[in-house]
Amino acid sequence: MNTFDRKMEPQEFRAYARKWLEENAPPAPPERLPITPIEVMTVGQRDYLQDWQRKCYRAGLIGVDYPVEYGGHGQSGLQRIANQELERSGVPYLLNIVGLNMVAPTIMKHGNEEQKRKFLPGCLSGEEIWCQGFSEPGAGSDLSNQRTMAVKDGDDWIVNGHKVWTSLGHFAKWMILLTRTSNDHRYDGLTYFLCPIAGHPGVTVRPLIKLTGETGFNEVLFENVRIPDTNRLDEIGQGWAVAMTTLSAERGAAEGAGSAGSGVGDPAATIRKLIELARSTKRGEGLAANDPVTRDAIVERAILAEGLRQSAKRSRVPALCDHPMRLPLQTKLVVTEFDQENARLGVEIAGAHATLYKLDPRAPSSGHWPLAYLNSFGNTIAAGTNEIQRNILGERVLGLPKSK
Amino acid sequence: MAENKTVAKDFGFGEEETIMRDAVRRFLSEKLTTYTLSRLVADAPQPVYDEGNRAPWDSALWSEIVALGWTGLAIAEDAGGADISMAGIAAIAEEAGRAALPSPLLPTLSASILLRRAGGEVAARMMTEIASGGATASLAVTNATGSWDPADAPLTAKEDGQGLQLTGSAHFVQDAFKVTTLIASARLGSELVLCIVPISAPGLRLEQDHIHDLTRDQATVHFDKVSVGPDSIISRNAMGLLTEVWPAFLILVAADLCGASEWLLQTTVEYAKERIQFDHPIGFFQAVKHPLVDAMVNIDRARSLLYHAAAEIDAGSPEAETAARMAKSAASDAAAFVSNRAVQLHGGIGFTWEHSIHIYFKRNLHNQALFGDGVYQRRLLANQLIGPITDYGA
Repeated sequence: MNTFDRKMEPQEFRAYARKWLEENAPPAPPERLPITPIEVMTVGQRDYLQDWQRKCYRAGLIGVDYPVEYGGHGQSGLQRIANQELERSGVPYLLNIVGLNMVAPTIMKHGNEEQKRKFLPGCLSGEEIWCQGFSEPGAGSDLSNQRTMAVKDGDDWIVNGHKVWTSLGHFAKWMILLTRTSNDHRYDGLTYFLCPIAGHPGVTVRPLIKLTGETGFNEVLFENVRIPDTNRLDEIGQGWAVAMTTLSAERGAAEGAGSAGSGVGDPAATIRKLIELARSTKRGEGLAANDPVTRDAIVERAILAEGLRQSAKRSRVPALCDHPMRLPLQTKLVVTEFDQENARLGVEIAGAHATLYKLDPRAPSSGHWPLAYLNSFGNTIAAGTNEIQRNILGERVLGLPKSK
Repeated sequence: MAENKTVAKDFGFGEEETIMRDAVRRFLSEKLTTYTLSRLVADAPQPVYDEGNRAPWDSALWSEIVALGWTGLAIAEDAGGADISMAGIAAIAEEAGRAALPSPLLPTLSASILLRRAGGEVAARMMTEIASGGATASLAVTNATGSWDPADAPLTAKEDGQGLQLTGSAHFVQDAFKVTTLIASARLGSELVLCIVPISAPGLRLEQDHIHDLTRDQATVHFDKVSVGPDSIISRNAMGLLTEVWPAFLILVAADLCGASEWLLQTTVEYAKERIQFDHPIGFFQAVKHPLVDAMVNIDRARSLLYHAAAEIDAGSPEAETAARMAKSAASDAAAFVSNRAVQLHGGIGFTWEHSIHIYFKRNLHNQALFGDGVYQRRLLANQLIGPITDYGA
């Protein structure tokens, strides 16, 4: 039987994971899934994906490097292998993306023993969906400009405020919530909570509509919402430091608890799709794949795809990296712009047919390319806009003076 | 270059390669500071650009480098070489680029990689000479059109007793005035032959090219019935060999581009920290900061592809050519972008002869063209990845 065993060597584990994924790949979803897990809107999609994540978790493909007492398997270096195999196998993405990529690493670093035992198992298995409450109408790139207030009331905190761009908020049991607990200090006046969402008194989750016309995220309103002090993560006033842990995990500088998918597919697979599109798109008497300009553009994308793969490898060879954070801090910027430009090129190749929305049966690739292009801005803006990423790289890696 | 191994862990860049690379970096940073380089090759523009002289180089420094064994990096240990991995050689070529080292190092490394792959007695003898410091070499494999197809040999060969007679002109020969020997390709009927020809061979004449780059020389080499004995013929059936080692030539140039581009990046970053305008160091402004980050991202992509290609070459992988063309494309384009931004972000001083940027800018411009720029590489890659352009008709 191909079952997980904590005594597996990395190579055995890889073989096991590959075989398990071959044998257990789920049937097609009841409804077509959106491009990324953060856009999952229907209960049918949710149940299907939650079931899939539970299976992967039980098979040891999620949280495998987390301690046993927190729901993991106490291994080291296996999660990366599991992530690679999950990506390689083409199975559906994992739903609890915020939980796996951001919440779990943050709780591991800043949580107390009780919090780790309480929150991590459900986060890893996907039983409890998490969302993130950082951005506000007045605090986007300038994240420290937080206005959502938490005021101490006995053993509880009372929260009032407004969070936006909250992916998965409509399914979430919990939110990682950044609040202001003091107006005296911009950064030191912030405190970080693990806040109940679904059915919690005073919390209102309302859908926001994206530029694509689809819903996909929410705004969350807090009206005298009561949170017990035991749900505070780290010390009062330490919220900024905790939020930085979350963001560096989100931006790919740290390894998450499972591959929930970056929202960007396998780079090589995207290139193959572009090539297929060019081969199947007629241009007058010929094919787009014969157009030298299109060919050059596609190959340029292929080189970038290979570059991503090789940079990931190089980041694990310290002798070939001048600065330890130089490659890891580029990940978010490079991956999201790669994805966006691929979609833009798909639109260009599809030509007149790129005008067709997915409802039109003549839309190439079911209308994927223009929708993917519109949608790609979610990733170039979220998790700190790519302009903020360039500031971070310029300051932390190149040592340039801090921009205001 | 070992044969048919699996692709090495860590790109084949291990402890030995790290030690060598670090030693090379240290040596060059001490012996060839930017100031020294600038005084050496760019003291004034007139000798090179008006009077047509070749840019000077430091042959005493080169003797030290030869004594340190850098020319034998790609040669087997039993032939007196260091036998380090291709990624190690690439990393050292990067250091040569970072220092903008005027020398026949890269041509000699290219030649020794070719000789090693060729095997046989003739090649072995030449390798021993290179490893001992007695010889340096460059490639004479390009015709007048500047074609980078190894099939387009610049010379024609004729049977001449046991040997051959070479006629024609080899173009774009790198550092021809610095080396002792050429490896020349010639057409012999339908075959391609590769020969070793001493620079001093009767009937061989060097015509200096007037070039922008101040850190090398380039020549058109005329062969007038140059006799080559059987002891100097590497291969009479060399098309396969040349095609096989071609990717290594590409990545040495790509490595030089990466190193020089990193110098341009770091130099511009330092300037952006010091130069004050509007009461701030200019690196404070995002219009300056962000392109510097983009430059870094471009260089890093090229470097990752470079080491990957090196590992593929070591493994004798059929993917080596694709990997090398990707690396050369990425390195050429990164260099073009970084060179451009380095001058622009330096502002007025970057436009002057006084600042050393122009030395690197021109070295990059030269290397971008060698063995084909980004567009050239992508045109060939497209045939492989997308398929050849078919006749019209869907």
